[in-house]
Amino acid sequence: MLLEVEGLCVNYGHIEAIRDISFSVPEGTVTTLIGANGAGKTTTLKTISGLRKVRAGSVRFEGRDINDIPPYDRVKLGIGQSPEGRRCFVGMTVRENLEMGAFTRNDRKSAAYREDMERVLTLFPRLEERIDQISGTMSGGEQQMLAIGRALMARPRLLLLDEPSMGLAPKLIQQIFTIITEINQQGTTVLLVEQNAAQALKRSHDAHILETGEIIRSGTGADLAVDPAVKAAYLGGDV
Amino acid sequence: MSKIKQRFVALPKPVKILLWVLLALFAYALPLLEPPIISTPGVDFGGVLFVVTMYCLVAIGLNIVVGYAGLLDLGYVGFYAIGAYTAAVLTSFHAHWPLLLAIPVAVVVTTISGVLLGAPTLRVRGDYLAIVTLGFGEIIRLVAVNSEWLNQRKGISDIARPPSIGGQEGLFEIPHLFWGDGTVLVDTKDTTQFLVFGVLDQIPYYWLGLTVVIVMLFADRLIKNSRVGRAWEATREDEDAAELMGVPTFKFKLLAFATGAFVGGLAGSLYASRQNFINPDSFLLLYSILFLAAVVVGGQGNRWGVLVGAILVAYLPQRFREFDDFRVLAFGLALVLLATLRPEGLFPPRRTVRAKHLEQELEELEEGAGGEESARV
Repeated sequence: MLLEVEGLCVNYGHIEAIRDISFSVPEGTVTTLIGANGAGKTTTLKTISGLRKVRAGSVRFEGRDINDIPPYDRVKLGIGQSPEGRRCFVGMTVRENLEMGAFTRNDRKSAAYREDMERVLTLFPRLEERIDQISGTMSGGEQQMLAIGRALMARPRLLLLDEPSMGLAPKLIQQIFTIITEINQQGTTVLLVEQNAAQALKRSHDAHILETGEIIRSGTGADLAVDPAVKAAYLGGDV
Repeated sequence: MSKIKQRFVALPKPVKILLWVLLALFAYALPLLEPPIISTPGVDFGGVLFVVTMYCLVAIGLNIVVGYAGLLDLGYVGFYAIGAYTAAVLTSFHAHWPLLLAIPVAVVVTTISGVLLGAPTLRVRGDYLAIVTLGFGEIIRLVAVNSEWLNQRKGISDIARPPSIGGQEGLFEIPHLFWGDGTVLVDTKDTTQFLVFGVLDQIPYYWLGLTVVIVMLFADRLIKNSRVGRAWEATREDEDAAELMGVPTFKFKLLAFATGAFVGGLAGSLYASRQNFINPDSFLLLYSILFLAAVVVGGQGNRWGVLVGAILVAYLPQRFREFDDFRVLAFGLALVLLATLRPEGLFPPRRTVRAKHLEQELEELEEGAGGEESARV
């Protein structure tokens, strides 16, 4: 297992955001957490990347407990995140954003670094067109691409994607999901958080459904996509 | 303005360097030329220029903290005071070190004080940090007021001067210009001895200050374009996102604080030496506000902008001394006008301008489309 979350509890002050959730992400897969607003999806991701403190339970990466490791060191271990709301550095150009993504690397002049830059720009040709544009002046979709590309520049083994489809046009959502599959096929394990359940389930190996801080159902993406209860609650099917 | 800049950038490199050298030479020669209009009637021009260089130095330092790292520091005068008092204590009050030995110690002490202040306080964000630093500036002054070891309100005098080159007479004399009615004369009676740091002639101090400012500008440029500069920028824009990129934001904020303190302490120790005498009233809260005004007026984040800000804040009140208390009123009005008309400062860094425009556009869009971001895709 690349990532194991066990008995995780996270609080915001006195409010329990996550209650005793456990799941794992096998190497090489796309795993999805789906759930409504406020279910605790973003909190779970933030806890895995270290921005939130754990109240109880553990997060293990490659078998190692990483609870006490600060977020900036988790990047070096191989956990990369594209945060909710994209959060590109809006005053920096596209290139500077991507360079920022490689902040922990000290091989800026190496062939490997150029290859990674090349790889990101091939995945997202739009970024290459706009390489010297100030990122804040780009559309939401382009910024989403940049946020994912920026995370890839650190060469993560596990890529956390927080609602990459949020606020995007349907056509663009399709495109982003295709790229996520492509990234996965190139060997990066993906943990995806989504509200767009239909797309996400179709693309993922495993999926877990979060509701008010607890996992209420787990299974393969394909199984959950045809589960009547899931259909009713998240896919807009028959009740 | 931007056209002039474009033209300048397009010039070949040797020409650019030549222009910079000419500008620097002009700056060095300024107090000897004493050009009318620019010169300050009623106050010693060299002395005013020295103070201007100190404000420039402080603005460069504070710009690192406020402009680059985005940390609002309302107590910067505290560092200035620590630098000044350390130099004073070491060269006069408790020991008689030569100034050139005391300055490095003063700078180190100030840097350490920056780390000590930053370590507990940089964990709080935004407004809270402003309040804590405000308190720090006042605490330093009140310690000086109450501590016998620092001679309380009486202050410390006989602070060492920099060593003169060429003894009491200097190596040679440089005459000043005299501007009569429509004629310009070389005044051989009014001369500056090169290089004597004495009581009367302030010009050598100005030259020293200007040299330090130029060195600091080079250092500032190096650090801004480095990995450290990028990390500051990312931290300022979005602290969480910076952490996710692997930036230990707390360490970098602390580094910004320490660097700012370093420059502030250097300015303080030079100021103490020129002044020869300091007491707690030299380090009132007002100066923290003026320093910050210099940075904000000029355009935080842009090193040339904050230099212009520092020059305006330090020079204009001296130039228009004859208006007496009205100049404070005028200064206040100017600040209000500036805040309304150019909230990013006179010369904001390009990024800020774009980011601000953008934010506005986005807000309008979001209001118009009811938060429907897909409208922009």
